[in-house]
Amino acid sequence: MQPTTEETQQHAAHGAHHEELGFWRKYIFSTDHKVIGIQYGLTGLLFLFFGFCLMMLMRWQIAYPGKPMPVVGEFLQKLLGDEMVNKGVMLPDLYNAFGAMHGTIMVFLAIVPVAFAAFGNFVVPLQIGAPDMAFPRVNMASYQAYFLGGVVMFFSFFIPGGAAKSGWTSYSPLATLADMGHHPNGQTFWILGMVLLITSSLLGAVNFIATIIQLRAKGMTWMRLPFFVWAQFVTAFLLLLAFPPLEAAAILQLMDNVAGTSFFLPTGLAAPGTTTPLPISGGGSPLLWQHLFWFLGHPEVYVLILPAMGIVCEIIANNTRKPIWGYKSLVYSVLCIGFLSFIVWAHHMYLTGMGTKIATFFQTTTMIISIPSVIILTCFFISLWGGSIRFTVPMLFALAFLPMFGIGGLTGLPLGFNFTDLHLHDTYYVIAHFHYVVAPGTIFGLFAGIYYWYPKATGRLMNEFWGKVHFWTSLIFMNLIFQPMFAQGMAGLGRRMYDGGVTYAGADDPAAGLVGVPQWVFGMNRHISWAAWCLGLAQIPFIINFFLSMKKGKKVTSDNPWGATTLEWQTPTPPPHGNFDKPIEVHRGPYEYSVPGHDGDFTPQTEPDKR
Amino acid sequence: MDIPYVVQPREDTGLFNAKVGIWLFLASEVMLFGALFSSYILLRVGSMNWLYGEAKDLNVWLGTANTAVLITSSITMVMAWASLKLNEFGKFKAYMGATILLGLVFMVIKAFEYNAKFHHGHFPASHTFYAIYFTLTGLHALHVLGGMVVNSFYWGPGSKMWKTDPVRFTNRVEIGGLF
Repeated sequence: MQPTTEETQQHAAHGAHHEELGFWRKYIFSTDHKVIGIQYGLTGLLFLFFGFCLMMLMRWQIAYPGKPMPVVGEFLQKLLGDEMVNKGVMLPDLYNAFGAMHGTIMVFLAIVPVAFAAFGNFVVPLQIGAPDMAFPRVNMASYQAYFLGGVVMFFSFFIPGGAAKSGWTSYSPLATLADMGHHPNGQTFWILGMVLLITSSLLGAVNFIATIIQLRAKGMTWMRLPFFVWAQFVTAFLLLLAFPPLEAAAILQLMDNVAGTSFFLPTGLAAPGTTTPLPISGGGSPLLWQHLFWFLGHPEVYVLILPAMGIVCEIIANNTRKPIWGYKSLVYSVLCIGFLSFIVWAHHMYLTGMGTKIATFFQTTTMIISIPSVIILTCFFISLWGGSIRFTVPMLFALAFLPMFGIGGLTGLPLGFNFTDLHLHDTYYVIAHFHYVVAPGTIFGLFAGIYYWYPKATGRLMNEFWGKVHFWTSLIFMNLIFQPMFAQGMAGLGRRMYDGGVTYAGADDPAAGLVGVPQWVFGMNRHISWAAWCLGLAQIPFIINFFLSMKKGKKVTSDNPWGATTLEWQTPTPPPHGNFDKPIEVHRGPYEYSVPGHDGDFTPQTEPDKR
Repeated sequence: MDIPYVVQPREDTGLFNAKVGIWLFLASEVMLFGALFSSYILLRVGSMNWLYGEAKDLNVWLGTANTAVLITSSITMVMAWASLKLNEFGKFKAYMGATILLGLVFMVIKAFEYNAKFHHGHFPASHTFYAIYFTLTGLHALHVLGGMVVNSFYWGPGSKMWKTDPVRFTNRVEIGGLF
């Protein structure tokens, strides 16, 4: 049931080397945007699976605290050593490392590479009618930096002391103090890995923006761009401008860890487990790290969600066979989100004591940013109205995205108000909220995209029946995992607890006036864990379908199997190097479906006016 | 199909691809150093025992000299690019060489400054002032080093492009210079 982590790890480490080794230039050191997109996609999906495996192991410790892990316990002990696993039981240090790395891997090594780099690379140049990205070699360097960053992160599990243990947010001073016995430690590796990943996304972002500005085909005006391209354009700006402050923060934290500086370490800070002050110069500010981190961290949320919205938009237009409702509203909303996402970051920090006036400001901006998000979702919902919907597999995922992201977004409002956040902060409610946004939200968007563009990349369709099995089981188990977490969080169960909260949250001491979390909350831990493992099983049809369809899938009979309007379907299948075999000229908007007076129910963007 | 606008500017934007790229990169650099300077300001105003005036133990003369070196190198960089525009390859070689040399001078002076600090017992760990001092100047030194490597390439093996594709080479020097 749980694939051994070694297997996954090997896959992850050698992600790019899977394809034919004889074709080094064609597949490994390629400068073709489509090959790079697929490289990003495969590596990202492997990391996605690896990050999920970490979580499936953690869910065992949460559901059955202190019991040996079945199947893989012994093996992990041999692999990672006795300080990490004892008699098959996951020890706290390993739990912390898995937790931190689950977040880091999912965000920086899985979702962003797949959503932004993979789909962006493969689809954007095709959709704007460009022969390739503006800087193909920079593109290759971007993938290589990402791959190297992944290797560094992955390798950190095996160094003395293990991987980073201070959460994906790496708050100082914890991040500096957590593993002082080892140098270099997991945190140092984390920082170096992040610097590589930031470099990668910087190169990617520059390339995307330059490509979209410079390489649009003749007639492809800004308001004729498919919404997916707009979403990627804004995403690229977020990456370009939000990541550097984290790089700055990472450099400062690296100095704290390695050179003994005190950027984030306050005066009088004691060594872990003692009251002796550390021999440091002091005077640093832990709050500063949080500001720098979340200045990236919040735009990052939109980096995760906007590409998925773009994918969903393409698929909804294609499968309702009618134009997207409110194209201009979508474009202006996504631009608004881009701007506003830079001034909401401190809503992650209400509990830090930064002051009520600052909290009020960020609460206000946070409420404002929900407006364009709601406009986008509303446009998608209204687009369904009156359509003759084709319930293809990509459409099912796109349709499920709408309510799932809706739940994720709306449950964010109580976290955006500082007075309700004080209660909910750092509980399972938060976990449920952002996972609804990213897991059945973004990841469903990504699945939709994979099923949708698979025929363009391979010339074959994925199996429809197993696609539907994958969809329905994933939808059910996703909800069984995350829905109960809202209840757990509102009951007060904190996140990141090694034993699932039994010791701390469950502590009852009437004499001291302590009332613990009720027992049903802990009962839910087991249900959630079983649902998580079932979700793992539910991915098996997808994995088999994905690889088997490359050889055995139904061949497409035309270059445009979905009957779509946008330019990527005007290329040969799969598109050759240079993409288009004829000069491209664009004559109309991206979503001209079922236009009265036209033959057929779609009009490609390249079709000239008859008049 | 070849990638368009590698050399000639696109009509509606008036820019060739690499110029868009380098401006975007510079925007991200603004954010990088912006974050570092903001951190410096925040740490400084929040500090109970910041170092002022004499206590900082800085050599003002060396610092001033180095600033002059740096600005001069900017001028020679622009002159190198302008020489190419005027079709004077020999002058380009001279100005570019001067730019690289000035970069080297800058690094040597910087090394003397660092050395003096170390001799007086000032390390990044000694005080947050020195921590930010070494981090910021160190990061800047890395940028100067990167610029020297790129410029050396343009001066040496990269300059062969002048014969095959002069416009593209001039563009390259321009975006290298912007950096």
